Parts: sequence; structure tokens; C-alpha cells
Amino acid sequence: MLTRTEHRAARAAGLAALLCIGLALAVPVLVLVAQGAGTGLSASQGEYLLRITRFTLMQAGLSTILSLATAVPLARALARRPAFPGRRWLINLFAVPLGLPPLVAALGLIEVWGRNGIANKGLGLLGVETPFSIYGLSGILIAHVFFNLPLAVRFILPGLERLPPEYWKTAANLGMGGLSLFRLIEWPAMRQSAAGAAGLVFMLCATSFTLVLVLGGGPAATTLEVAIYQALRFDFDPGRALMLAAIQVGLTLAVMLGLKLISAPSKPGDTKGGSTSRPDAPHGLHALPDAVLIGVAGVFVGAPMVAVIISGLQADLSRLLADPQFWRAATTSLSIGVAAALLSVLLAGLLVRARYSAADRSASPALGLLSALSGAASSLTLLVPPVVLGAGWFLMLGGGVGQMLAPLAVIVTVNALMALPFVMRVIEPAHLSAMQRNGRLSLSLGITGFSRLWQIDIPALRLPLVTGFVFAVALSLGDLGAIALFGSDRIVTLPWLLYQKLGSYRTSDAAGLALLLGGLTMGLMLAADRLGNRNGTTGQ
Amino acid sequence: MRISHVLPVALTTMLAFSSSPAASAEKTLTVYTYESFVSDWGPGPKIEAAFEAECNCDLKWVGVADGVALLNRLKLEGEKARAGVVLGLDTNLVTEAKNTGLFEPHGLETKSVSVPGGFSDTVFIPYDYSHFAVVYDSEAISAPPASLKDLVEGDPRDKIVIQDPRTSTPGLGLLLWMKSVYGDDAKAAWEKLSKRVLTVTPGWSEAYGLFTSGEAPMVLSYTTSPAYHMVAEETDRYQAAEFAEGHYLQIEVAGLLAHAPEKELARQFLSFMMTPGFQNEIPTNNWMMPVAATSIDLPEAFSTLVSPQKSFLYSPEDAAENRAAWIDEWLDAMSR
Repeated sequence: MLTRTEHRAARAAGLAALLCIGLALAVPVLVLVAQGAGTGLSASQGEYLLRITRFTLMQAGLSTILSLATAVPLARALARRPAFPGRRWLINLFAVPLGLPPLVAALGLIEVWGRNGIANKGLGLLGVETPFSIYGLSGILIAHVFFNLPLAVRFILPGLERLPPEYWKTAANLGMGGLSLFRLIEWPAMRQSAAGAAGLVFMLCATSFTLVLVLGGGPAATTLEVAIYQALRFDFDPGRALMLAAIQVGLTLAVMLGLKLISAPSKPGDTKGGSTSRPDAPHGLHALPDAVLIGVAGVFVGAPMVAVIISGLQADLSRLLADPQFWRAATTSLSIGVAAALLSVLLAGLLVRARYSAADRSASPALGLLSALSGAASSLTLLVPPVVLGAGWFLMLGGGVGQMLAPLAVIVTVNALMALPFVMRVIEPAHLSAMQRNGRLSLSLGITGFSRLWQIDIPALRLPLVTGFVFAVALSLGDLGAIALFGSDRIVTLPWLLYQKLGSYRTSDAAGLALLLGGLTMGLMLAADRLGNRNGTTGQ
Repeated sequence: MRISHVLPVALTTMLAFSSSPAASAEKTLTVYTYESFVSDWGPGPKIEAAFEAECNCDLKWVGVADGVALLNRLKLEGEKARAGVVLGLDTNLVTEAKNTGLFEPHGLETKSVSVPGGFSDTVFIPYDYSHFAVVYDSEAISAPPASLKDLVEGDPRDKIVIQDPRTSTPGLGLLLWMKSVYGDDAKAAWEKLSKRVLTVTPGWSEAYGLFTSGEAPMVLSYTTSPAYHMVAEETDRYQAAEFAEGHYLQIEVAGLLAHAPEKELARQFLSFMMTPGFQNEIPTNNWMMPVAATSIDLPEAFSTLVSPQKSFLYSPEDAAENRAAWIDEWLDAMSR
């Protein structure tokens, strides 16, 4: 319910927001094309590109298969063991990797899976002589499963739990075996969410940057994103960066179109603390496989986090906290995070409003287009990954040398765009219900325009706005992709500082820093979650 | 949330923290170098103290991952580089460095400097040298490789950590070493060696850190590296493997940037580099050989080090001409 003027304003503002996003995406792409085009590739370079592309797809494919092949039986086991001790706790634990900065997770994974980690010591005790290597493909796969197995489980489990209890009773009465139960009841209930999760996991792994950078271990295990970074920071070869970026964008586009075909992924929903009785669940000794599976998965996901906490507490935290370098990095990180979050919330607000206005009377095709574009704007940022975006701006700014504000502005913009899809998802439903509640009233009271925005609409959206804001701050705090290109001795963020300490193997400092950064982002994520729950609209 | 209040505060703190503190009256010299040179245990802090004692200036180090990254950074920054001296390139890079047009002749007398094979140049001055070598952990490996061929063809389960030739001078050194020994067969040799490579790091520090923390039993480093463990840690555990084919020589150099803000001070630093005040810190802090007179004797440990029978070194011109193509070849072989 908007007045004519308000409609016009909403659409104009939405158009302006779209224009800004379009500019922020198009400029770097055009610069990449302009600077990189015309530089020919030698045969060996061409083969190298081909191999990197193949590796990118291969690791993403394997990561997806491993994550899903574990997630499906795990979700099944969790669904039929509603009273498993610590189940609620485990499901909460599975929400953590979503918000954990990849760099912090990488550190924990090295603690667990490194040559001197618990896993290899255990293997040594068992008499396995060849130590397991966290570097290269195996390390990348472990890290990707660590992040995506929990995600997939949270996608799949709600579908299983929503099945009415009568299904299980009837199945038990019919004496259905495990296999037919899976084929006739469980699989149909999770097929769609599993497919959606698979697509999402593939997309995330195909554009994975930080984990591959830290755990890749050389040219044999390099993905397109890391190769773009290396082409610019190692070789300063814009031509190669362009080729790689073009392949990357083509790839993500293909995957996204593929995803559209599979149907949009359902969102990870709330799981209920299970009261459904499951007569089909095996009992006694036969329950052991389920228990083992749940236990192993819990340890697999939990151990790296515990390792981060333990080694972080062993670090000299007081010295780290007294280090001006830490505070400088923390201030820069928080400032970037706050600025990025403000921008993200502002853009999301404008787009949501424009979409609402366009949907309100979807008469003309122009309005339909505006609505569609506003909706697609957030996905556009998935299409052009942060490193590609940063690469274009990096070339345009001549590496950002001797500049402070321009690189900072780029990092802020990239982070804001990264957060946009999530922030929009928080604000849009709240905005819709607020409009339904207050729209008519505002009109009848004659409160319109800015005063309406300030006095009615924004206060009504206060909680979702703050939730989106806090979430965006947390996301930006953990980001290494944008800063990796521009980081220097002058612009240092917490993840960049952590990466440098990790690089120079000041491991104790790195461990302490990882704990602080992990704690900060997790705290913010929890706060966002709390706020979101109070409001009834989490980013789900 | 009062957004209007948060933004200005955030921006001002960001700026306040990011801009460097107001410089004092004395002049400042910034030196670009590689990271291990300026770490707490490297020569940087001691050299800084020694130079500041006589220059009435503030010496600031800026460390990047490694020597080749240094050149990359200069190419990127061009004339905007805010430094007077670049320290940490090696002879394999000097031609490319000169081609950037960013350096100018130092105009100093360098007679006191001597390196194996004799390197003298109007733009770059050597400050230390050593031979590349595979350093191994004698408690993890009983039979170290006795030749480059052994290294290439040995058991893939015994891993080595090497550096990326696109960022690191030891990484580039190994590339040129392989080329010196294998010639046109280098690519095939790299494909074989890649099975033994645990990981490729951007700089020497990371690689050596992985090695000493036990992640791999071998690392590409220098013939002089074991001296560190003998002198500082009093252990013979880490040794350099002598290779039958010979070892590749590294001569590290420093040069004067044409756009140096304090050019005289930069020149003063380069002169200082050739005196005992600088050279004394090289053997027992950078763990390389000094190129000019020191006022203290080399520790005993240095006499026990591997001294290569044969040295390899490409001319700067050859290295410059082939570097890009050979790195592509390396990438191709290593990504198989």
C-alpha cells in the first residue's frame, strides 16, 4: 500500500540501487576484458588452464559426492533416532561451520589432520606408516566436507522429520525392510532437498578460495579462483587472469542454470526436537551403525573447532591483545564490516521496496522486469565471485598502490555484495508482512513519504534490519577473498593478519588470532540468530 | 541503531589507525626486503639498530613473502613505490629489475665486495651469497639423496617442501638448478619430482617452518642453513645433502630506487651494507656467507658445511630471457 509518489520513489531508488550494483559488477569485468584481451596464450599455458579447470570441477564434484553420500545416511540416522543423546546439541553444532571463517577452520583442520595432528598420531599407533597429508586434494576434500556435510544435513533432515508418524507405523505394520523403506518413503522425502543441497555444495566448492589457498599445496591442486589470485599477485599477468575469470564466470553460470533446472533448493529449516516414534529403527546391536555414524560425524565436525579453542588458549593471548598490530587490524576489520553491512542493508532495503512496489501492480512488463532484476541482483553476486570482482578493480586501480580509500571502498563494496543475498532474505518477508499490517493504516492517517519511512516502516523493520546488519558484519569479518588482492602493510584486516602469521608459521600467534576471530564472528552470528528468532524471520 | 552516528566514527577511526603515525623530525629510509630478513630472529632488527646508530635516521623495513615477490611488487607499484632501497633480489632477477627502469646506478665504490665467480654491476651490489641445497632431518631420513637425480627419482613417500618460483628466489633457484642439470629433460624431471613435493609455499619462511615443525623430512634451502641449527640450537640433526652434479649459487643483491625520497640516505645505507656493521650480522642471522670483511670470525660450524665442488649460475641475461617460459613449463609439469 503505497501512494503514487511513494511508488515512484521506491522504483527510482530501486533502479538506482540496481544501477550501482550493475556498475560495481560491470566495471571490473570490463576492465579485465580490456586489459587482458589480445594477450595470446602459449600451448603450455592453454594446457595449464585446461588442467586447472578440470581440477576445479573434479574437486567440487568429489566434495559434493562425499558430502552428500555421508549426509544422506546421517540425516536418516538422525531422523530415526529422535532421542539420541546429544542430538539437539549436534544439530546446533552443525550450524557453526556456516559462520566460521574458512581460515580459522583451516587452522583447526591442520591441527587435527596435519602430520603432527591427532589423526596421523592415531594412524601411527595403528601401524600405518605413510602419514596422511592435509595438503593437496585430500586436504581440500576434508575441508570441503567439514563445511558442507553439516550444511547438507541441515537441508535434508527437516524433510524427513516432516513426514507424518503414521507413515512409520504403517510401514512397520506392513513389515517393510530398510531398503524398501528408504526407496518408498525416505528417499522421496529427501530427494528434492538433497538435489538442492548437492547443487549448492557444488557451487560453493567450485568457487572455494581460502581453503584451497591454504591447503592446496601447489600447482597440482589449484582452483580457478586461486589461479586468478596468483596470476595477479604472483605473475601480474592480466591476460591469464582474464582467461581464468572468464572460465570461472562461465562455469558458475552453467552451474546456476543447472540449479534452476533441478528447482530452487529448499532452505535449511528448523528441526524439531523429535518426538516422533520410529518403530522401524533397528534396536539393540543393530542400532550400532547409526550410533557410530552420528558419533563419527560429530567428532569430525567438532574436533577442528575444539582444536582451535585448545591451541588458541595455549597461545599468549595477553601479549596478542597488547599488540597494537592486532588492534589496528581489528579496527580496520570492524570498520570495513560496519561500512559493508550498512551498504548491504541499504541496497537490500531499496531493492526489497522496489520489488514490493513493482509487484503491487504488475501491469507493465517494465515493472515485471524491475521486479525480476531486483530479485536477480543478489544472485548476480554469486555469478561473479569476489576474487574476480576484486581482480577487475585491482587492475583498474593499478594494484591500489599508495592508495587507502579506493582499495578500502572496493573491499567494502565486495563484502556488501557478498552479504546482499542473505540480507535480502532476512528483510523481504518482514517487509511484506509489515506492509500488510501498516500499509492501509498509514494511508488512512495520511502519513506518507519520508515521514512514513522514518516513523512507521523503518521502526517496524528494526529487528530484521539489525539482524541483516549483524550478519553482514560477521560475514565481512571472516572474508579473505577481497583483502587477499589488496592486502599490504597499510591495509591489514584480521583474516589477512591471520593469513600472514600462518604463512610465517608463527603458529602460536596464528592460533590465538584464530580463536579471537572465530569467537568474534561466532558471537555476531549467534546474536543475529537470536534477533532473527525473536522476530520470527531468520535468514532461512 | 543510529546509523548516522556510526558511519563517521567508523571512518575516522579507520583513517586514524591506517595512516602512519606522524613522522618525527629525523629522516626515514624505507627498505623493501623479504620476510625472513626482518623477522625477530633475522638480521633486520640488528642491522637496523647498527645503521640508526650512525645515520640519525629512522630505518623502516617492509617485508614481502620472498625475493621474486619483491620484484612483482615493484612492477606493480612502479614509481609509486615508497622505498629507497630494495634488498633481496638475486642475480637471476637483476636484468628484469633493471628493465623496469625503476633503479638507478648506485655510483659507489664496490671493490671491498667479492663473491664466487665475481659479480660486479653498476646498479646492484651483492650483500651475501650461498649455494642452494636440500636440507634434511637426519632423524627422519637415513639415506639422504646424494645427487639431484637421487632427489628426482627417490621414494615419493619421503616428501620435500619447495618454494614457488613465481614468488621465491630459492624456488626460482631450484628451477634453474634443474634446468642446469637436466636441460631439455627438465620438464620430465619436474613431473617425477612433483610426486615427492608435499607442498609448494610462496616463500622460504613458510617452507622452512613446515620442515622444522616436522611436516616434511626435506626442504629446499641453503648449504649454510645447518649452521643455524649447530650454532643456535647446538644440534647436528639438520644437514645439507651434497649433490654430485654440483649446486646452484645464489648471490643476493640490493639496489637504489630512482624515485627514492631520501636518495643520499639510501646511498649511505648501501655503503653501510659493505661494512662490518652490516656484514657481521649476515652469517649468524641470515645464515648466508658475507661478501665483505667482517670484524668477527665465522663460527666453527661454518667449516663443517658442504662446500660444492661445482657451481651453477646462469648469467642475468639468460635467466631474464628464459624465466617466463621456464616457469610456464614448471607450472605445466607440476600441475599434471
